[in-house]
Amino acid sequence: MKFVDEFRDPAKAQALVEDIRRVLSRIPSSRRRPLQVMEVCGGHTHTIFRYGIQRMLPDEDLEYVHGPGCPVCVLPMGRVDDCVALAERPEVIFSTFGDAMRVPGSRKSLLQAKADGADVRMVYSPLDALALARRHPDREVIFFGLGFETTMPSTAMTLIQARRQGLRNFSLFCNHITIIPTLRALLDAPDLRLDALVGPGHVSMIIGTSPYDFIARDYGRPVAIAGFEPLDLLHATWMVLKQLAEGRCEIENQYGRVVPPDGNPRALAAIDEVFEPREHFEWRGLGSIAQSGVRIRPAYAAYDAERKFAVPNVAIADPSACQCGEVLKGLIRPHQCRVFGTACTPETPLGALMVSSEGACAAQYGYGRQAAHA
Amino acid sequence: MRDATITLSHGGGGKAMRALIEELFVPAFGGDAAEDQARLSLEELVWQGDRLAFTTDSFVVDPLFFPGGDIGGLAVAGTVNDLVVGGARPLYLSCGMVLEEGLPVATLRRVADSMRHMAATANVSIVTGDTKVVERGAADKLFINTAGIGIIPAGIALSAGNALPGDAVIVSGPLGEHGVAILVARNQLAIEADVASDCQPLGGLVTALLAACPATRCLRDATRGGVATVLNEFARASGVGIHISERSLPIREPVRGACEILGLDPLYLANEGKLVAVVPGPEAERALTAMRSHPSGADAAIVGRVVCEPAGMVIMESVFGGERIVDMLVGDQLPRIC
Amino acid sequence: MCLGIPGQIVAILDAESAIATVEVGGVRRPVNVSFVMDDGPIETCIGAWVLVHVGFAMARIDAEEAARTLAVLAELEEFQAEMQSMVQTP
Repeated sequence: MKFVDEFRDPAKAQALVEDIRRVLSRIPSSRRRPLQVMEVCGGHTHTIFRYGIQRMLPDEDLEYVHGPGCPVCVLPMGRVDDCVALAERPEVIFSTFGDAMRVPGSRKSLLQAKADGADVRMVYSPLDALALARRHPDREVIFFGLGFETTMPSTAMTLIQARRQGLRNFSLFCNHITIIPTLRALLDAPDLRLDALVGPGHVSMIIGTSPYDFIARDYGRPVAIAGFEPLDLLHATWMVLKQLAEGRCEIENQYGRVVPPDGNPRALAAIDEVFEPREHFEWRGLGSIAQSGVRIRPAYAAYDAERKFAVPNVAIADPSACQCGEVLKGLIRPHQCRVFGTACTPETPLGALMVSSEGACAAQYGYGRQAAHA
Repeated sequence: MRDATITLSHGGGGKAMRALIEELFVPAFGGDAAEDQARLSLEELVWQGDRLAFTTDSFVVDPLFFPGGDIGGLAVAGTVNDLVVGGARPLYLSCGMVLEEGLPVATLRRVADSMRHMAATANVSIVTGDTKVVERGAADKLFINTAGIGIIPAGIALSAGNALPGDAVIVSGPLGEHGVAILVARNQLAIEADVASDCQPLGGLVTALLAACPATRCLRDATRGGVATVLNEFARASGVGIHISERSLPIREPVRGACEILGLDPLYLANEGKLVAVVPGPEAERALTAMRSHPSGADAAIVGRVVCEPAGMVIMESVFGGERIVDMLVGDQLPRIC
Repeated sequence: MCLGIPGQIVAILDAESAIATVEVGGVRRPVNVSFVMDDGPIETCIGAWVLVHVGFAMARIDAEEAARTLAVLAELEEFQAEMQSMVQTP
């Protein structure tokens, strides 16, 4: 497959791994080892585990920290309860991406609500949800919108089309989150230890590269925006390590074939037409982060499920045994959490990071747990 | 029988049901419906082997018809395959059907014909059956249960617990075809792909394999849960590790493309005509050649080895060079966007 | 939500709604291309390689940039190979 297979080439991978070792030896030993490189994208977490990338690298020198980049994992339980409440309304067809179906709420997940009789349908695209609304004029179709800026333009364009088509029975339950305030909150955390960042490639294809400038300028951490094939991850890792070795601190773009420096103006315009920032938004495992979510503008109020329907809107705290916040900040690794693999497993998840297959704990459990024994 | 659709009376035990049996099922499956049970000669069974193999499976696939097959063909091939992977010669099937009120008779005829055809291909007979009709909404069009018996020749002792370090792992052909064909046929993800179900009976392939390699250790057909599930079952039952190479997995391009778009892993996708075999290491090439000479195994490939550690687990070396666990599935695989 | 896959625009399905058929490894799907269109007619998109995410084409893939990235890595491969041979020669 073009633009995919070339970026899975094992020979180039080996060359990168060899050079990473060379570069690591040139980074001053005054820097505490292992160096911590954070990625903030569920897709990057998935790639690292699926291809066993951490295990190709010397883990006493370098460790990947899986930041809060999985929008499913950071969905507060209270919001899942809101989804279930909406889905249980008899007039509603509740449509969602597959990723969100299994996240447990305080009573049940959407998958369980479906088993109990709610009309919950999995879609691949918000446009499929719009098509459902056209096909079922007698029902209210709600689309559960989640994701960072990567997915926002698609949801926005869907609302723009809904209005253009004059649909009255379609609305969005908006849980989109923004990357920059989230990164800033993370970097502001006093107990955070982070040497470099691998940037989210698909968010960046929308927002461009300059929004990350503050990371180098104000927080002194080098960044390389990375694609999602395993070679992209290794290449971006190599790039930030070279920055550390050479005393540079910049925003580099490893994913130039997809990420334009200025992002995608049409996509940004669609986002701007439909969404505005929320003052703050609740993140599971991290608490409330200012300006980190968006809501639907008044002009599109008719398509806002939160305005159209009453939702319980109750904040539910994580179980006290949860240490998700510490894992997200790189303070402990998944297998160091006191309930990892015991009370908290993919079948019985306690916290955010075990809930979706992109969550760091679920990924380690599913793909890499024997490494913890080795 | 002049009815165009199935009604509750077709399950009622009266004339309508009699007409259905005599004019639709008997012509399709053969035999007669005079008695309540099939009667099979023990003498004929006993000279063929020393154990009876007995299995059952239910089929609820939606849609009923899909590229490469239908629920009827599946119902016969699926149960036949569960027999042949035990080394049995498959002989007789039962067929229980639950029909939803309103099912077109033409649909039922088509399914029955398909079963007849598949039974002939697999050289088995459908010798007994049952039909029930439930109210509209109480079943999704048509559910089929088939049970099957076969005879296992003396000396064959295939088992999931037989694998030993040094053994080779072989799959009989390209993975994930049925799973993707069904996804495409359901038409909810708007995907167009040139993929057909691999639904087929595997008795001939198993015979060819066992003839060339009587010391075959483990044999299973990879259905729901895919090849990954079978490998995990072998690893756990045998207390060994299984190490496979992603590069060696036979996967056709459209299946790969569908998996990449939807974020699915082909190792977990359903198959309906694929074997996973574990054979002693030194016999791997001979086993492979025998499978490849059979039409159902033309694309068979050695995909890995049995190892000592980590016991009970399946590890895959990715095309990229790194390694990861291939775990048991938790729930159904769902397409992801993340 | 990051799962994006490269695909090629092979046909226009509905110009008014900006829907095109995209092919990914032999599989075809309708995709909204409004974010990757330029100001010309939609037909000029045909043949373009794009990044597909949740039914939308989100970016055009720059083949030259891809080649440049791979070239950097190929150079590294050569450099490593030379280092290896230097280590081995007495």
